[in-house]
Amino acid sequence: MCVVVLAASASAGEIPLTERRSGYDLMSRETRAMQDDDTANPGMLWVLEGESLWNKKTGDAGRACAECHGEARASMKGVAARHPAFDAARGRPVTLEQRVNLCRVDRQKAPPLAYESKELLALTAYLARQSRGVPIDVAIDQRTQPFLDAGRATFYRRQGQLNLACNQCHDDNWGRRLAGNVVPQAHPTGYPLYRLEWQSLGSLQRRLRGCLTGIRAEPYEYGAAELVDLELFLMWRARGMPFEAPAVRP
Amino acid sequence: MASALINVPPRAKRGEIIEIKTLISHPMETGYRRTQLGGAIPRDIIRTFVCTYNGTEIFRAELHPAIAANPFIAFSTVATESGTLAFQWTGDRGFSETESVAITVD
Repeated sequence: MCVVVLAASASAGEIPLTERRSGYDLMSRETRAMQDDDTANPGMLWVLEGESLWNKKTGDAGRACAECHGEARASMKGVAARHPAFDAARGRPVTLEQRVNLCRVDRQKAPPLAYESKELLALTAYLARQSRGVPIDVAIDQRTQPFLDAGRATFYRRQGQLNLACNQCHDDNWGRRLAGNVVPQAHPTGYPLYRLEWQSLGSLQRRLRGCLTGIRAEPYEYGAAELVDLELFLMWRARGMPFEAPAVRP
Repeated sequence: MASALINVPPRAKRGEIIEIKTLISHPMETGYRRTQLGGAIPRDIIRTFVCTYNGTEIFRAELHPAIAANPFIAFSTVATESGTLAFQWTGDRGFSETESVAITVD
């Protein structure tokens, strides 16, 4: 009996599916206009760069992404909206960044790109742009369920010197202010995105690491299993919401 | 990096007011920041932006360290004749970037 009560109270803060809102809805009119206009959205600088990288031969194999995958507008539509996705060879979900690097190492015989490097951000921004408007849909099945559960556990686990869990801000107090900023619901609908605070494009893991530093926890390394699982959980939590990359956020 | 994004309407009526939007990739390093070891990071900003319409200067801007990275500059002009709009950004460390866009006025 006691267990049932605890379970009920733990999930009381979860946001009902119909009340979920993208961070876009909580932004100022000016920032929204910046995201909506492709000639004012600075993320498009990375998208254009990504397009040229997509068509450029690279690595010892001397092949371009386009030689296998063809026209990205058709072949890559929806891909970013279903990552992290299960990779059979690795036996766990991989993020879009990891997928790009797996392809580079295995097929192009090129060295992997560093996290947050211009090239990796450009390629992922170009891929993500092809999924704009596509509903987020990560595959949850027997293989990915344990990783989803691990990500959920991270989301609800208190961490850091401030002893805060993700849900305490993003489930329980979204829409209220933390200093001058509106606390969003933390739906990763637009990554990689241009953050005005960063004055640059950045990945979801950069954002997660920023949040971890904010609660004075030691951030996980880029590509760490904890971050990938958390990313999977957040994408599942945002399932069905339209993808809007490259987004702009304050 | 893709260097610049420019949005000019490809066609306009004579006498019409057109909006021109430009976005350029640049770090706009202020010169006031320091590295973790305390060394100064030298200033690296765009200093001037000039737009010419068939060779005539129609817009000029001076940029300063407080301007954010990837400066977005939008302005308007009157479409007088068909021709070329040329854009030039110049800055520290010999930075220079030019772009041009054709416009048809009828």
